[in-house]
Amino acid sequence: MCLAIPGRIVEIVDADLQLAKAEVGGVRRNINIGLVDSDDERIAPGDWVLIHVGFALSKVDEAEALATLKTLEEIGDAYQQELDELHASRIE
Amino acid sequence: MRYVDEFRNADLARAVAAKIAALADGNRHYKIMEVCGGHTHTIYRHGIKDLLPPQVELVHGPGCPVCVLPMGRVDDGIAIAERPEVIFTCFGDMLRVPGSKGTLLEVKAEGADIRLVYSPLDALRIARENPDRDVVFYAIGFETTAPSTALTLQRAKREGIANFFVFCNHVTIVPPIRALLDSPDLRLDAFIGPGHVSTVIGCRPYAFLPNDYGKPVVVAGFEPLDIIQAILMLLQQLADGRCEVENQYNRVVPWEGSLPSLRCLAEVFELRPYFEWRGLGFIAQSGLKLASAYADFDAELRYQVEGVRVADPKACQCGEVLKGVLKPAECKVFGTACTPEHPLGALMVSSEGACAAYHNFGRKALPMAAGAGR
Repeated sequence: MCLAIPGRIVEIVDADLQLAKAEVGGVRRNINIGLVDSDDERIAPGDWVLIHVGFALSKVDEAEALATLKTLEEIGDAYQQELDELHASRIE
Repeated sequence: MRYVDEFRNADLARAVAAKIAALADGNRHYKIMEVCGGHTHTIYRHGIKDLLPPQVELVHGPGCPVCVLPMGRVDDGIAIAERPEVIFTCFGDMLRVPGSKGTLLEVKAEGADIRLVYSPLDALRIARENPDRDVVFYAIGFETTAPSTALTLQRAKREGIANFFVFCNHVTIVPPIRALLDSPDLRLDAFIGPGHVSTVIGCRPYAFLPNDYGKPVVVAGFEPLDIIQAILMLLQQLADGRCEVENQYNRVVPWEGSLPSLRCLAEVFELRPYFEWRGLGFIAQSGLKLASAYADFDAELRYQVEGVRVADPKACQCGEVLKGVLKPAECKVFGTACTPEHPLGALMVSSEGACAAYHNFGRKALPMAAGAGR
């Protein structure tokens, strides 16, 4: 649970509930964007965010997201386990 | 240097390491603590120690939320999970953490309804789907994770979900660092500040390190190059006679942190007077509890959790390792009675724990370090 995984926002699902659909490791899952989406910084489709326990933790640029992905892939098991848990998630 | 070759920017990292070697005073020993368990993992995984000159020593800090949870809180969680009316939800990392009488995984095998969740919002969904059961979320984590629990509780309150409860074990990062510095056992020269925690709290809360203790701190990212750069920045501060908070990870960490997250935390939680840490004892104002406006969701109130205190196993030296006084391999039971398969102490459970990281990667790196004449 200590990892933050990059995902790309593909759709705002419910602006009121601050839910967005993000693509992570080839799978699309709902995440909450309430901790980063504010009047100062709007989250929109195409944005990359670091995702931690189902919440966007921060917005990052694409280069940072791809570099982080590569680092995570290198750590192997712990990343795969986190991905599996994320893929089992059903946030509404 | 097999591990070093694997990562991105390995050449750049070597160039930075050469600068560190040139800058490090040969007559001085530098003790640098990396606070965050994620950094510890990267350091072992990539054999960063092998890139550093011998007088630069990395000490592993208390920044792994699974590892610092005291046994009494694990027992309290298990007691809640064993109640027949409860569906107990937790992160996967918690399942194998040993309490005094066993683990959540063992209690689950005996029939307790324990479900692994990825997110507190998954726990809330389970509560919605099971209105006739109590659904309890075992909340752990530093300021990185606490806002997620806070926002989930805000939503539970807004939707009036009456069967959702949080067993709150969230902790804050500054008080244990202060406690370590006040401990007579340990002399530290500088700190590598945590990356993800700082995306929430920003860099300002570390100002006490230079101001009150005269210790430089550099907030760092999680790639090997990030950590090596942070070490260079710290040595540069020490060489220049500067002492300040710097942000190596400013591509992700804003100086002011995340205002929406901080607002959430302030509304939902309040500081406990004391909270117990594994190996570190009771630390003032280091833990969070649900604020009175959220008392209806507080599992501690609902189940009258007594807060038992359980001493760590006698053979276990997690406390000394957490304080950086002992290296993992110097613990009496490391790799013998305590292994990742059968952990005695929490530091061996989480992949971010210093002992598990050292067990998995560090031992392989050692012969190479020895071969390099260190």
